[in-house]
Amino acid sequence: MYIEVKDAVKTFKQGGTEFTALDHVSLDIEKGEFICLLGPSGCGKSTLLNAIAGFEPVTSGSIKIDGEEVKKPSIKNVTIFQNYGLLPWRTVQKNVELGLESLKIPKEERAKIAEKYIDLVGLSNFKNSHPKQLSGGMQQRVSIARALAVDPDIIFMDEPLGALDAITRMKLQDDILSISRQENKTIIFVTHDIEEAVFLADRIVVVTPNPGKIKCVVKVPLHGYRDRTSGDFLAVRSRIFEIFNMKHDENIEYYI
Amino acid sequence: MKKQLISLKNIVVSFAIIIALWQIGFMTSNVNSSLFPSPSQAFQALVEMISDGSLFINIGASMGRFAIGYISSVVIAVLLGLVLGRLKCVFQYVNPIVQLLRPISPMAWMPFIVLWFGIGDIPAIVIIFIAAFFPVLLSTVSAVGEVDPIYFKVAKNFGIQQPQTMWKIIFPAAFPQIANGIHLALGTAWVFLVAGEMVGAQSGLGYLVIDARNNLRADILLATIIVIGLIGLILDALLKLLEKQILKSWGGGK
Ligand SMILES: Nc1ncnc2c1ncn2[C@@H]1O[C@H](COP(=O)(O)OP(=O)(O)OP(=O)(O)O)[C@@H](O)[C@H]1O
Ligand SMILES: [Mg+2]
Repeated sequence: MYIEVKDAVKTFKQGGTEFTALDHVSLDIEKGEFICLLGPSGCGKSTLLNAIAGFEPVTSGSIKIDGEEVKKPSIKNVTIFQNYGLLPWRTVQKNVELGLESLKIPKEERAKIAEKYIDLVGLSNFKNSHPKQLSGGMQQRVSIARALAVDPDIIFMDEPLGALDAITRMKLQDDILSISRQENKTIIFVTHDIEEAVFLADRIVVVTPNPGKIKCVVKVPLHGYRDRTSGDFLAVRSRIFEIFNMKHDENIEYYI
Repeated sequence: MKKQLISLKNIVVSFAIIIALWQIGFMTSNVNSSLFPSPSQAFQALVEMISDGSLFINIGASMGRFAIGYISSVVIAVLLGLVLGRLKCVFQYVNPIVQLLRPISPMAWMPFIVLWFGIGDIPAIVIIFIAAFFPVLLSTVSAVGEVDPIYFKVAKNFGIQQPQTMWKIIFPAAFPQIANGIHLALGTAWVFLVAGEMVGAQSGLGYLVIDARNNLRADILLATIIVIGLIGLILDALLKLLEKQILKSWGGGK
């Protein structure tokens, strides 16, 4: 297995008491999979993501990537944050070059690679702008380009579209889906939006709170481009609703 | 552009009013004019200092000391602040000492400075150094402490290590607030330049003040005071301009 989470427990000390954010979580992820971690606020999605990404070690249990214990963040596994994490003093181009600098790639090549990915996310006209001059959606595109530029194996995304309006969000979902098909990366994507998870994921990991546990893993039997209004799509969506006990069976026939 | 014209108009009007009040005060009071010179006397003194070259020689001497004292102080304080800002455990012990030294007027050190370094350029330079040092140090330390943790996460993720983290992440992230401290320190340092030169210097604007007093030249004294104010104003405006320019390349500034 490519990513192996085994019996991961994470506790936080809050005042005198101990709070269990992750309670014996186990999860296996294959190379090239698109995984969505789905669950309500506070259920431990970010905690799990941060643990796999190496930012916060688990209290007990083990997390392995490619057979190796995760100890610290690595440039092979890049995280994209909800608030983008762009460096405001750098231009778009220089932001995208950030990781390439650590990889000791020569200057001209750096510029070329950065331009390629800025182009991929459709921001060629803004490569000399500063992040503050861009909209939220555009900033998130920059941070996606920055992540792709270092050619990582895994991309972690923690509610990357959470701060965007519905239409920009759907447009970026489309782009993320097509980029993930093109670039063939392993992606772990945190969201609390059921539709978003069904649209993007190969498998949806449903997390429930108090304490944070994996309730079940739902395989999404949709391939290629997904139509948000197709019957198959809605069927998966209503399965997830069922899991969260948010569907009333009698009514659903009527709605469809 | 229009805004600049308006603020220029404001400046001209306010200066005109203060000169008018000064003139009225001069005419209505019957204080000896060698104790309270009129605007035109002060202006003549200014012309005299310009034409005999003494004004620019002394401005030059002051600016040289100011540049050395202020710039070296800012550079050292920023570097030290960047390091101490990251080493919380060390700063814990440094901070009480800084807090003890900070409220002491740099002038209080003057006797020691003169005893150790003699008279000449050094006392004024040291005074300026001390005056600028603490505001810059403290604003740098607090700026580093307030750097958004997400930048450190990004740095870690993209494999940026010390010392690169310092100049690629911490310094630029903290820069807007550091610039604030540097700006504040300019005013303080300028105030103490004159004080520093009044003791132990044989040239400079502070020396001109003392020299005018010794020669009972109230007109020169007043003209010098006005020049000191004007240069302070210009330095502040120049630094503001520079700050704006740099912050612009920082992504639009504030
Ligand atoms: N550093 C911390 N110290 C103490 N408690 C924490 C810490 N980080 C997270 N927690 C707790 O752990 C739980 C899970 O937090 P986490 O951020 O993983 O939730 P989440 O599922 O990502 O929620 P959201 O959708 O709101 O981001 C929360 O109850 C939170 O209060
Ligand atoms: Mg979260």
